[in-house]
Amino acid sequence: MIDLLPSDTKIIPGEENFTKLNLGPTHPATHGIFQNVLTMDGEKIVRAEPTIGYIHRAFEKIAEHRPYYQITPLTDRLNYCSAPINNIGYQMAVEKLIKADIPKRVQYLRVILMELARITDHLICNSVLGVDTGALTGFVYLFQHRELVYEIYEEVCGSRLTTNLGRIGGFERDFTPVAWAKLNKFLIEFPLALKEFEKLLQRNRIFIDRTVGVGAISSEDALAYSFSGPTLRAAGIDYDVRAMNPYSSYEDFDFKIPVASNGDTYDRFNIRQEEMWQSLSIIRQAIDKLPSGPFHADIPKFYLPNKEDVYENMEALIYHFKIVMGESEIPAGEVYHSVEGANGELGFYIISHGGRSPYRLHFRRPCFIFYQAYPEMIKGSTISDAILTMSSLNVIAGELDA
Amino acid sequence: MNNTKTTDLILVPKPEGLEGEGFFATNLSKVVGLARANSIWPLPFATSCCGIEFMATMSAHYDLARFGSERLSFSPRQADLLMVMGTIAKKMGPVLRQVYEQMAEPRWVIAVGACASSGGIFDTYSVLQGIDRIIPVDVYVPGCPPRPEQIIDGILNIQRLVKSESLRRRDSEEYKAMLNKYGIE
Amino acid sequence: MIEIGKILGFLREQFSDAILETETQYDFEVVTIQSDSIIPVIAALKNHPEFSFEYLTTLCGIHYPDKSQIAVMYQLHSLSNNIRIRLKTYLSEESPTVRSLTSVFKSANWMEREAYDFYGIHFEGHPDLRRILNVETMIAFPMRKEFPLEDQIRTDKEDKMFGR
Repeated sequence: MIDLLPSDTKIIPGEENFTKLNLGPTHPATHGIFQNVLTMDGEKIVRAEPTIGYIHRAFEKIAEHRPYYQITPLTDRLNYCSAPINNIGYQMAVEKLIKADIPKRVQYLRVILMELARITDHLICNSVLGVDTGALTGFVYLFQHRELVYEIYEEVCGSRLTTNLGRIGGFERDFTPVAWAKLNKFLIEFPLALKEFEKLLQRNRIFIDRTVGVGAISSEDALAYSFSGPTLRAAGIDYDVRAMNPYSSYEDFDFKIPVASNGDTYDRFNIRQEEMWQSLSIIRQAIDKLPSGPFHADIPKFYLPNKEDVYENMEALIYHFKIVMGESEIPAGEVYHSVEGANGELGFYIISHGGRSPYRLHFRRPCFIFYQAYPEMIKGSTISDAILTMSSLNVIAGELDA
Repeated sequence: MNNTKTTDLILVPKPEGLEGEGFFATNLSKVVGLARANSIWPLPFATSCCGIEFMATMSAHYDLARFGSERLSFSPRQADLLMVMGTIAKKMGPVLRQVYEQMAEPRWVIAVGACASSGGIFDTYSVLQGIDRIIPVDVYVPGCPPRPEQIIDGILNIQRLVKSESLRRRDSEEYKAMLNKYGIE
Repeated sequence: MIEIGKILGFLREQFSDAILETETQYDFEVVTIQSDSIIPVIAALKNHPEFSFEYLTTLCGIHYPDKSQIAVMYQLHSLSNNIRIRLKTYLSEESPTVRSLTSVFKSANWMEREAYDFYGIHFEGHPDLRRILNVETMIAFPMRKEFPLEDQIRTDKEDKMFGR
């Protein structure tokens, strides 16, 4: 049998009687593959040594060898539970680089899809948190509604999970009437299910006993560890990229940002619940105020022309050829754009030297940054509390390792 | 309501055999295959995006449990089928190998998704280009990620393999030679 | 609201010899600083009572093989004033060494490990500098431009099918 403990597992003098427990890479409760070697004094965790990288797929290296439009499928697989947010965030970063002017309709449609994606990600996190405390019912009921969102994604872009949605400059087609019908059906049926799920867990005595005070982090520590998203807002700091640096017309919408004070698991659960309600409100506002207009920007150098024009028009043929071969003239420069992902500030840093592929593409991944604080958050707790802390942080392995 | 009588429902078709009053004679391998195929306990080795599609397959809409896989076992000692779903990086290879070695015979492996079958879109230095480089695989399910219907089709193919497997396969020379090729005892 | 010019003025006053270049890239101020003064500059920006850049957004390495340099990019964000700033420092390719930021920001711990793993940048004073994402026994630094993307041990790729 090969020795699978990392080679740097230290035995510190004074800890010879402590047990070393391997919360290994394949563990049903860790929802992703990362390893924690826990040093335990009986039931209490004294120290945790995390090891990540078990799904390192070298996205940043691949991105240096692909043209800009071929990097969108890579961004899908970062936080695969809410793929549209990653896609749209990357496309907005490239649009910032090429200084494209995006029509209002595109921005509103993007807001609808990003909020839907946020709802699906929070659904997974909260229902799986319920599963880890033993309440499997919520998971089974809420996954039915994720199927409704998958159907909406299929209408818009053709795929369920890894959506590869939209293009640099907008969308490839407008929303069909079937998509609108499915969206309206979702907006009618989902709030009832969410209310039922809330009633199951939010004021449930057992759930409150298991989650209050578990995995707490103070606001100074959260800021020092560069937390973002629901984990930071649970600790008391109201930083939301949608409010601070609004993008894609978020300033037109009226929504609240929930903030809690203790930074423990119960607070994170409640913040994600409230964010789902706020997302539903944003989607309704976007549908009500949706302007008419084109579904893509007028950037013929970067957005593929219609196929009919390609067969008849010389210019369209040349543009089509140049875009597909990756010879569009991307200007040189460096740009950073961040969006509010479901886990926090998801940033895209692109350095372009004018070539076919980016010179350097760096993803600012929120899970990678806040997972550093995990050993400190579980010091002194029991294993069941450590599992709940990890579930409530919503660590997605794809985003952790990239 | 429709007019289905209880005699119309077929749960699992019975194997061919000689029937008479009070007895039913068939091959032992057919009976054992029937029992094994309809009660496969999978070990979901879910690493990335395909794992989320597996969660959708397990949940109520597509319901993998009606094929007999009601009990997911996370311990390899108690599992029949190793479902590898998602990218396996080279760092994860020894872990996968150790999980496979801990499974007891008869065991089957299904590689779900393009990354597990062949490395997928990640043709890089850090990703294992297909799990069949380290463990033997029975069924490959392509897709990125495969739809739940495709995953269920893969499970049905595994059921077909299990049902038709000879009882002596695991002791045969070819099987031992194949395991030796992978360096597994 | 604080103007970015005031921050640049403060930096030029306090660290005039360390600042090599400033430019504006797509609504970001990018300040290039000499590698031995980067940590005092960041600490001064963080601890300044008015600017208070208390949030480290990200940190990454960039390889410029034609200039034989490896750069480190730091991006800071002042939440109270809503200003972001980017700082860059250039290190030599043969021995890229710079002081670690972990004494100023705790979140720089894993970000610097990732930069070490990808580029081989040595951060002095880092509590635990070892590889984080790649296999521990790896020798080369994979994000450097000369390292190939594809797995070199594969024997099943036919060159003529891949246009080689």
